[in-house]
Amino acid sequence: MLQIEELRVEVGGKTILKNVNMEIPEGETHILFGPNGSGKTSLMMTLMGFSGYNVTHGKITFKGEDITHLPIYERARLGIGVSFQRPPTIKGLKTRSIVEISAGNRSVDVEELAKQLNFSDFLDRDVNHNFSGGEIKRSELLQLMAQQPDLVLLDEPESGVDIESIVLIGDTINLLLRRGIKHPREKAHKEIVDDRSKSALVITHTGHILNYITADKGQVLYNGALCCSRNAREILKWIREYGYKECVRCTQ
Amino acid sequence: MYTIDDVKDVNLENYKVDAEDHTYVENLSQIGSTDANQLLDVGVDTDENDRVGSFIQKDKSVIHCKTMQDGVEIMSISQAQEKHGWLSDYLWKNVSPDTDKFTSQAKEKPHEGYFIRALPGVKTEHPVQSCLYIAKEGFSQNVHNVVIAEEGSELHIITGCATAPHLISGLHIGVSEFYVKKGAKLMFTMIHDWGEKINVRPRTVTRVEENGLIISNYISLRPVGSLQMYPTTCLNGKGAVARFNSVLVANKGDFLDVGSRVVLNAPDTRAEIISRAITYGGSIIARGDLVGKIPGIKAHLECKGLILKDGLMQAIPELRAYVPGVEMSHEAAVGKIDQREIEYLMARGIDEDEAISTIVRGFLNVDIEGLPQSLKNKLDKIISETQKGMI
Repeated sequence: MLQIEELRVEVGGKTILKNVNMEIPEGETHILFGPNGSGKTSLMMTLMGFSGYNVTHGKITFKGEDITHLPIYERARLGIGVSFQRPPTIKGLKTRSIVEISAGNRSVDVEELAKQLNFSDFLDRDVNHNFSGGEIKRSELLQLMAQQPDLVLLDEPESGVDIESIVLIGDTINLLLRRGIKHPREKAHKEIVDDRSKSALVITHTGHILNYITADKGQVLYNGALCCSRNAREILKWIREYGYKECVRCTQ
Repeated sequence: MYTIDDVKDVNLENYKVDAEDHTYVENLSQIGSTDANQLLDVGVDTDENDRVGSFIQKDKSVIHCKTMQDGVEIMSISQAQEKHGWLSDYLWKNVSPDTDKFTSQAKEKPHEGYFIRALPGVKTEHPVQSCLYIAKEGFSQNVHNVVIAEEGSELHIITGCATAPHLISGLHIGVSEFYVKKGAKLMFTMIHDWGEKINVRPRTVTRVEENGLIISNYISLRPVGSLQMYPTTCLNGKGAVARFNSVLVANKGDFLDVGSRVVLNAPDTRAEIISRAITYGGSIIARGDLVGKIPGIKAHLECKGLILKDGLMQAIPELRAYVPGVEMSHEAAVGKIDQREIEYLMARGIDEDEAISTIVRGFLNVDIEGLPQSLKNKLDKIISETQKGMI
């Protein structure tokens, strides 16, 4: 699904990502760990093609297509969707409208989706205007539910979320990735999980989200380079026990 | 491009003050299609379905005038003078004829204008619509309007101003005197669609009594040669409230000098002025002036502008307080669209141009109270079209 080769990225003339190699096969969810400032968000912004993130070396391939220099919207149309940690406020634009925009040509029942995310009251509010941390996450996920991307990039989905909403957020991510056990409705569980074509890269600092979603693999980004790739829970245990200090040893 | 120092002077001698008469029409559907389209664009409903009355003036002739609700009077100002002897207590009482050369021209060479009045306690079920239209080349249309919302009434007016499509030069002078009596509510929406070389000089003063409310919306999205206005509202009664919204778009060569002034003269009065302006190469001077004269008044001014191409965007917010204990604030911002907002929308699958027009539509989307849905849709369409031509 996604392949990153020897990726080097500069932000404001400073090299943030040195040499990143990563592969996310179809249907897999990968967790990206890393201390603050390690370049996790920069990697996500680069994958999406945001301005200011200059790829100076390497290549990003998505669904077999070289997307390294594609504009943002074409990546979105190819099937990459992102949940931002701190999205901008857009005054005068209603949340309902951005959900409709996200849906593109798909016909989507915005009311029903909002109901599932307990977000109906927010549809007529300006996008992200005075939203709390948890409300921002629900708004982002609502947009992704409408967009139905094949590769989902989630930046710190648990940050700033209260204990009540995190369950809902976990369930929604699972639903988005066809890993859910909630909302089976008329479908058998097997039917839902068989359609396992959705991939994800989930950025987390604390790893807390792993209590709510399942993952196939974990990777650690440290100082602009991937230094570890193994079972996500195993990595989390190490980090919880020893912090990111251990990564220093690995990169040396 | 014009700057604040280049006062765009208008030489009155360049304009004709007489025009031929136009025939009166009983039914708005009888208006020719060219004219009718222009009317539709400024919010006139030619079917008159969701309106309680209409007033249409072409050049100096009132071509249609009708009331469909008891207690709502709509007529030309000359008719009103004949019918109501007391009107002299209202004419030229808010605005003095010697204010400037435009007001004196309106006094010396008058061409009708409307008189709209809601009797005490009467509430309009739908808006009254009016339109002042210039069809004669080089004409100076000098109108004098009076609006009276009597005690406890609720009056909603949508007024559009436009010119015939072929018109090159013209001048519109509009003296308007509004009276909002005790406990009355006046909702006044003005939509302008002038031509590229038309000069426009409205002169409006409103007086609001105890617990009265005026909501004024001003929308100018289409090209205009020059527009200069600074309507003043005096909140003279306890608890009176004024809310002003304006949405302005300046195209290349346009000059808009537009502001609102509210004088808070009585206890517990409130005022809010919000303006949104975009320039695509024209000049906009967006003014706002709040004058606090009594302790305990509250007033806020918000002035936001975007420069999408070259041009001038000058925000001049002013606050004047004459006593302690007033609460007045302003917020002014001039800039460009935040790149992060554009890219955020692009990440949802729309290209850059679409993202920009989506943001611009949002920016201009001041929630305008009481606007009929059809008119909202129309404005949305005009904004989209403006976008297409500009980006």
